Amino acid sequence: MNIPIVQEILSANDEIARENRAVFAQHQLFVVNMMASPGAGKTSLILATIKHLPPDIAPGVIEGDLASSIDADTIAAHNVPVVQINTGGNCHLDAPQIKAALPYLPLDQIKLLFIENVGNLICPAGFDLGANLSLVIASVPEGHDKPYKYPGIFAQADVVVLNKADMIDVFAFDVEYFQRGIAMVNPTVPLFLVSCRTGQGIADWTSWLQHTTQCRTT
Amino acid sequence: MHELSVTQGILQVAVDAATEAGAQRITAIDLVIGDMSSIVDDSVQFYFDLLSRGTLAEGAVLRFRRETASAVCQQCNHQFTVNIPLVPCCPVCQSTQIRISGGRAFYVESIEVDDEHTNCPGNTQRE
Repeated sequence: MNIPIVQEILSANDEIARENRAVFAQHQLFVVNMMASPGAGKTSLILATIKHLPPDIAPGVIEGDLASSIDADTIAAHNVPVVQINTGGNCHLDAPQIKAALPYLPLDQIKLLFIENVGNLICPAGFDLGANLSLVIASVPEGHDKPYKYPGIFAQADVVVLNKADMIDVFAFDVEYFQRGIAMVNPTVPLFLVSCRTGQGIADWTSWLQHTTQCRTT
Repeated sequence: MHELSVTQGILQVAVDAATEAGAQRITAIDLVIGDMSSIVDDSVQFYFDLLSRGTLAEGAVLRFRRETASAVCQQCNHQFTVNIPLVPCCPVCQSTQIRISGGRAFYVESIEVDDEHTNCPGNTQRE
């Protein structure tokens, strides 16, 4: 006998993600899910962004890693509240892991929560965490073909940041080709070219993020 | 690696539905997966065979139906099916202005259960 179901495979995760979203709304917290390959500059972008934020937007961070607390220690050294999640080899964060991490953050004292996902351009794309914004970071040394090879993650991005833009000439990175690849699956997504090393583009990116945060939480 | 989490999701959805229907055994699970989702069918089946041991779904066959992604050229309106990696231009007019949609499906469509042990009103009529 055939029983029709038509239910999302990750519906159990999606349910917890909805609960997380409700908690974030209750605390007037704006949450960014940061997805990128290893070494694209997720931690660097968090630090560069925090430096430019006005004092009334207090940040917090959830660090997702296979193992180690290297990134969390880097963030904590800047006196930013941070929780480390070690996924124990799992290639992405999921909504239950975020839910479990929330009691360790001063949710009423922070306004903007960065979730640094595990470095990976495939797996994190499918797992809703309850965040308000999906940020995909690509970096110049990875090459301009990433949107063509990993369309899934670019398709669901609310914003894309291209880091290490100071290296565009060195790597003969074709920005237009990169942009066209993104446009195929996500024609209206904003793209920011930044360099966390030189500070290029960080002010524009941060002011966009600040504006988006204020619009969504007030 | 996310095939493991995906497989856990499939198993949970299928077992919950079978339990609700009062079925004792799941013989097949029909899945619809978009071509833009990076899922390796063999890997899911491999994890499934391990995870389903001792559950209602032990021994069930996973049947994958792929949902294709389609592209439309913004220049000449040519429509074509795409796969990963995406082609950078239209195969007809070589325009690079392409829009892609679909291929994002990711759900359990239905399950096949053993008729004999199902508490379903339709089942008793058939006997």
